[in-house]
Amino acid sequence: MIKYLLTFLVLAGLIWLSVPLITEFTTSEGLNNISSEYVQLSAEKLNIPNTVTAIVVTFRGLDTLGEVTVLFLATAGVGFFLKRKDSEKQKKRPGSEILKTGSGILTPMIIVLGVYIFVHGHLTPGGGFQGGVVIASAFLLLILAYENFKFSHLLIHISESISGFTYVLIGLAGLAILGFNHFLDPRWLGLGEWGKLFSAGAVPIIYSLIGIKVGAEMSSLLDSMRDEGGHE
Amino acid sequence: MIVLITGFLLMLIGIWAMLSRKHLIRIVIGFAIVDTGINLVIVALGYVKGKTAPIIDRAVSSSQGAMAGVEAVGKVVDPIPSALVLTAIVIGLAVTALMLAYVIRLNNSGKSLNIDDFGDQKW
Repeated sequence: MIKYLLTFLVLAGLIWLSVPLITEFTTSEGLNNISSEYVQLSAEKLNIPNTVTAIVVTFRGLDTLGEVTVLFLATAGVGFFLKRKDSEKQKKRPGSEILKTGSGILTPMIIVLGVYIFVHGHLTPGGGFQGGVVIASAFLLLILAYENFKFSHLLIHISESISGFTYVLIGLAGLAILGFNHFLDPRWLGLGEWGKLFSAGAVPIIYSLIGIKVGAEMSSLLDSMRDEGGHE
Repeated sequence: MIVLITGFLLMLIGIWAMLSRKHLIRIVIGFAIVDTGINLVIVALGYVKGKTAPIIDRAVSSSQGAMAGVEAVGKVVDPIPSALVLTAIVIGLAVTALMLAYVIRLNNSGKSLNIDDFGDQKW
């Protein structure tokens, strides 16, 4: 009984806290200083139409590096907790004919869409994180369709480590070429023409590497979750 | 405004689910609901009335190149919350997967999904 009372008290306290936040909030009529600075600088200094990408990759690039690390740690944790046990092989139901045929047509297209999303991250809505998850969804489709589908673990690990390593290396290249205070600055590569694929310095390269890394991590996540569970 | 209220409601529902349910997977679902609610709140905070997505194209700026941003400032929503939520969604997915991995491990070792059966760490 005391537990229900405590739960009720916690919820009532949270409501009491959030009501003034909601009632006194008014939707702003314009951008604040930092945001308008970011919108101007992303066009002026970086040649990037997509302001969100400019913030994620460049202005707050260090945060993104940290977030990729958090993602890696979470994936490594899942892999650690769900160690493969080769002894008990469970019987899996094969995928239906429709699923198999459909996955044959759709998988290449989904992968191409994912690559398109992360390569054009600086021009259109999209980027490495979204593209990587789309690529992982193609692997999910393959897992569902073919009960014996096997990933090449070596390929996943190599692409993951190399993309993460190159990401840091590109950040250090900014430090080495442009000087102190320019870690993760993409301007050491030419800025190019406005709105073209090869523009905005190293931003498309960094976002493609993030896309490959997120895709590889999510795929290995799916793989370790599939192999475990339901042993009895 | 509606998005903000929905976000807070989802947070409350998720916290209620985490506090009152016994089943481990339901607790994880509660966590996922809180995650979604927080994302909605952050996006709602960045909205600017009547403005469009922070991508500088012909819709928000007539010029191209370096000066395009100056004109676009008055026509786009705040890009910073979008950038935060963008990564938070993927991280939330990975963290939810990690919690489910704990649940699977607990189920394999203790043969139970009820949180009351794991009293070792209780204070």
